[in-house]
Amino acid sequence: MLKIENLHVRVEDKPILKGISLHIKPGEVHAIMGPNGSGKSTLSHVLAGRDGYEVTSGTVIYKGKNLLDMPPEERAREGVFLAFQYPVEIPGVSNVYLLKAALNAVRKHRGLPELDAFDFLQMIKAKTKLVEMDEKFLYRAVNEGFSGGEKKRNEILQMAVLEPSLCILDETDSGLDIDALKIVSDGVNSLRSADRSFILVTHYQRLLDYIKPDQVHVLAQGRIVKTGDASLALELEERGYGWIDQTMGEAA
Amino acid sequence: MSATSYIERYQSLADKLPGHNLPWLNAVRQLASGSFEATGFPSPREEEWKYTNVTALEKKLFAPSSISTPSTIDKKWLETHKLADTWSLVLVDGYFNPELSDLVGLTEKVIVTGIAEALQSYPDRVKALLGTTLEKESHGFLAFNTAYFSDGAFIDIPDGIILAKPIQILYVSTRNEALSNTRSLISLSSNANGKIIETFIGQPNISYLTAAVTEIQLGENAGLDHYKLQVESDKAYHFGGVYVKQEKTSRFNQHNLSFGGLLARNEIHVELAKAAECEMNGLFLAKNRQHVDNHTLIHHVEPHGISRETYRGVLADRARGVFQGRIVVHPQAQKTSAEMNNRNLLLSEDAEIDAKPQLEILADDVKCSHGVAVGQLDSESIFYLVSRGVDRETARNMLTFAFANEMVEKIVLESLRGRVQEHLLNLFPQTGIRRDWL
Repeated sequence: MLKIENLHVRVEDKPILKGISLHIKPGEVHAIMGPNGSGKSTLSHVLAGRDGYEVTSGTVIYKGKNLLDMPPEERAREGVFLAFQYPVEIPGVSNVYLLKAALNAVRKHRGLPELDAFDFLQMIKAKTKLVEMDEKFLYRAVNEGFSGGEKKRNEILQMAVLEPSLCILDETDSGLDIDALKIVSDGVNSLRSADRSFILVTHYQRLLDYIKPDQVHVLAQGRIVKTGDASLALELEERGYGWIDQTMGEAA
Repeated sequence: MSATSYIERYQSLADKLPGHNLPWLNAVRQLASGSFEATGFPSPREEEWKYTNVTALEKKLFAPSSISTPSTIDKKWLETHKLADTWSLVLVDGYFNPELSDLVGLTEKVIVTGIAEALQSYPDRVKALLGTTLEKESHGFLAFNTAYFSDGAFIDIPDGIILAKPIQILYVSTRNEALSNTRSLISLSSNANGKIIETFIGQPNISYLTAAVTEIQLGENAGLDHYKLQVESDKAYHFGGVYVKQEKTSRFNQHNLSFGGLLARNEIHVELAKAAECEMNGLFLAKNRQHVDNHTLIHHVEPHGISRETYRGVLADRARGVFQGRIVVHPQAQKTSAEMNNRNLLLSEDAEIDAKPQLEILADDVKCSHGVAVGQLDSESIFYLVSRGVDRETARNMLTFAFANEMVEKIVLESLRGRVQEHLLNLFPQTGIRRDWL
């Protein structure tokens, strides 16, 4: 699904990622944990194709194609989805309008016809139930005046509608209370399948109580310093990120 | 002074102007003509006209249109601009055309006619209303308009009457190189209520000048929803002034939608008496080399008045926009609440906006605020849309449309809102924005 090899990324003149390598197979869930400033969000943004990041070396191969060559809209159409840490409010564009525009762009790319109004509505309504969202949110402007939890649920709704192959969740758990965290996690779990992979970027272990990862990677100072199974997250929670600094110190 | 060539041309019409047999009106017209002769059309040297140069108009010498040679009008085209479920009053090249108008079923208590007709049938009423909102005003366009107006709408709604349907005034231009010079008078007496739409259109590809002055008087506790939709032809020049005098506790709610014309100046000036309320919403869009100027002025002259002003502009290509918003709170106008906000979107590096808010507060117990912003499309928002698979061009169009559409959504009158949305969509060809999705 995704092969990242020795990825180096700079923002302006500052190196942020200093040689990341990561292999993700179809159906796998990988958690990326790390302290603030470790480069977690940079990795998410680089994969989604945001401007302002300079890849100085390394490769990212997604489904056999060079991901870094694609503009962000093409990545989305090829099945890469980024759930934002801070979803943008877009006054004047309704949720349902964005969903239609996005879905049709993706379907067109895949050689599928546009859904007619009836099928679209049926599909959307079913998906709103998945994230326990009131249908009236569909007709409101994208994220405008939404609470933190509603915004994150809206991200999962978009994900459910677009049916991507690679889902990147950038600190989706931040700012969520337990109830919202559970709804979001249930939404994500229901989307898990043998041909869909997830990258969960998170600061805290608690998201992983709800979404069980296959692998956990610890990012520090732009490098993956530890990889393990779900138990690594628990250990990290117990010992804190100071433990990582310590191990790195020992290694050096 | 090149105004003389206009005066020579127009003075010869004096005995054909409406009300030329009324000495009081002749005196008013002569004073105005003298004033126009002295100043000509406004010059950029005048502070209030600093950003809009209309000197080209003097060289162009648009000809007065004449009622004696009726124009051929494309009725199907006209119908497309009429709003459903309204009464309509149509002015063609500056003259009231009863055949094209539809006033069937209007109560007899309400007078809706051309001002030429009103000067014959209700001269005293016209005399009482004409010019009363212009006491604080003076510039060349107004003087020219007063001196030579050919006709206009006359709407007189007596005490306590509530209009059952909106009235649409259509100002239609059909002739190349012609000038339509109209004065409209709208009066709502105490407790009267209504909705009036002024629509300005011109047949495609003709160049002409519209000089339209509308005076609006709102009696005590009267309420008016006023809409101005300016969709003149691409080569047209438009000067449109709306001057409003609000008696106490009256309510004036306005939407000024300015999309057409090569050069357009919208003046909207309002004076509020005690506890009167006014809401002014504006949306202006310009592309290519269009120039659009919005000049608003609100006088709070008595206490407890409320004014809310929100203007948005979208400027593409080499277009130029102007927003001058002035609020004057007079010394007696304590407890005034005034808010003004103007946001502008520049879509190209060559587009330009001059935004100038002015607050003059001469009372000490007031609540006033203003904000002006000029910006480009938000790159965060573009990335958000693009990351969902929408291409960059469509994302930009969606955001531009959304910015403008927020103002359109405020239009309560449904038939007009739909019409305005269509104009908006037509301004963004190949947008990827689909009417059927809205």
